[in-house]
Amino acid sequence: METRQEPVIKIEDVSFRYEKNNVLEQVNLTVNEGDFLAIVGPNGSGKSTLLKLILNLLKLQNGKITLFGEEMNQFKDRQKIGFVSQKANSFNTGFPATVFEVVASGLTKKLGLFKWMKKEDKRHVIDAIDAVGLREYEMSNVGELSGGQQQRVFIARALVSEPKLLILDEPTVGVDAQHVQSFYHMLEDLNKNRGITLLLVTHDIGTISDRVTHVACMNKTLHFHGKTEEFERLDKAEMSTFYGHDVHILSHDHHHHHHEGVRG
Amino acid sequence: MIAAIFEYEFLQNAFLTGMIIGVIAPLLGVYIVVRRLSLIADALSHVTLAGIAASLLLEKKLTGFIGVNPVYMGMAFSVTGSIFIEKLRSVYKHYQELAIPIILSGGTGLSVIFISLADGFNSDLFGYLFGSVSAVSREDLWLIIIISVIIIAIIVSLYKELFLLSFDEEHAQASGIPVKIVHFIFIVMVALVIASSMRIVGILLVSALMTLPVAASMRIAKGFKQTILLSVIFGEVSVLGGLFLAFYLDLAPGGTIVIIAVLILLVTILLKKVKTSRPAKV
Repeated sequence: METRQEPVIKIEDVSFRYEKNNVLEQVNLTVNEGDFLAIVGPNGSGKSTLLKLILNLLKLQNGKITLFGEEMNQFKDRQKIGFVSQKANSFNTGFPATVFEVVASGLTKKLGLFKWMKKEDKRHVIDAIDAVGLREYEMSNVGELSGGQQQRVFIARALVSEPKLLILDEPTVGVDAQHVQSFYHMLEDLNKNRGITLLLVTHDIGTISDRVTHVACMNKTLHFHGKTEEFERLDKAEMSTFYGHDVHILSHDHHHHHHEGVRG
Repeated sequence: MIAAIFEYEFLQNAFLTGMIIGVIAPLLGVYIVVRRLSLIADALSHVTLAGIAASLLLEKKLTGFIGVNPVYMGMAFSVTGSIFIEKLRSVYKHYQELAIPIILSGGTGLSVIFISLADGFNSDLFGYLFGSVSAVSREDLWLIIIISVIIIAIIVSLYKELFLLSFDEEHAQASGIPVKIVHFIFIVMVALVIASSMRIVGILLVSALMTLPVAASMRIAKGFKQTILLSVIFGEVSVLGGLFLAFYLDLAPGGTIVIIAVLILLVTILLKKVKTSRPAKV
């Protein structure tokens, strides 16, 4: 085990502020190939900000992010990373596009500028639609599907470029409760059988804990990061203080209170 | 009328231009509508008017400008306006729609100033406002052909990128697509189409030709490609039908074109109503 592979994501001392609010403070996190990591944390804990930094949707201010062994701004293989955003749940449902068209749009970067899909690419698209169980809706407009089905469309779009890493930001928001389990089951399957590294942000720890391999608790900084078993052994009291911050911070939404809150 | 088309050059110009505009205006219109930028077309058309008015003013005051096609100045203003809109949208990040009234009123203000400086214009200006069957010159036609070829080439080569940008801008950015550049190319294309359509439909009605066929098409189309196809068909029917009526009834073509587009829209709304009110089988 000496020749360990480069970690998929390596985050070192990353801090981030929006104007005067510190959103992330000195975050360090490593995700290895094959991990299924859930980042949990209350609202406003910086989870989504961290994802946006990884995805290059926000500019890194402090610290260093390495993706597949390459430093952030050197990293060009963006198609290695699939992304399912929270926003997918609130996209413009009137948009006139079929499931096939939306999933195919996941190939945009991989195909490159000025290129159209070939037969083989179309087969990939259909395979991805198959993989999320939506074959019969291939030619339906996305707006006609249920929230859960729409989210599957977005997973398929992320999968179609055959990413090594799939990042999901609160993917179960807007998915009907009875479909959440089967949704997570599908993620588990992607991780185990396709070897895709998964990074999932959620506040739904309960339903996810028996499926993920690692858990990271975040509230501006990383409070815990380790294997799921260790996480489950965490003291109940510890957990509640961690979530206790949430209540505290939310009720005093001024940044100077935050510091008191975090010290807890 | 068919005979008349072969006989008169001005009619040939008008119909050929109309046929081309019937394709490119709704084609770009699809992207404008799905990106919720419908009003940008309106703002840019008013800026184009300022350019036309400026050119007509110069023509009146400077002998060197006589014979210069006002469309060029219209295009220059329109493209400049589109760049300003983008600038303003990034200045007012949280109120991006503010860029539209700013540019729209700026354009109208300039137009009015130029028009009053020139002590009013002859009927030329009326033609620019509401469209004209007789105003299209051979030169206009060639210009429009060149612009259309460029625009269609860009849309074909950037089809995927434009689709992703329209559907999900954040995802486009996360997947490493040069979002800003693609958007910029897009907005310049819009400016060019508006400037080239106005001879036929008129400044005040250009945006209608870009949005109404799309609005109709979205009611019934399945998917994006079909939306584009139907929009272009509806656009084409509106323009050709409108020109035909305008010629025979001696009306301003802009009005007849837009009214036909409105009628098509109404029909699609009714069709959808009839379809959905029937008990659906699942």
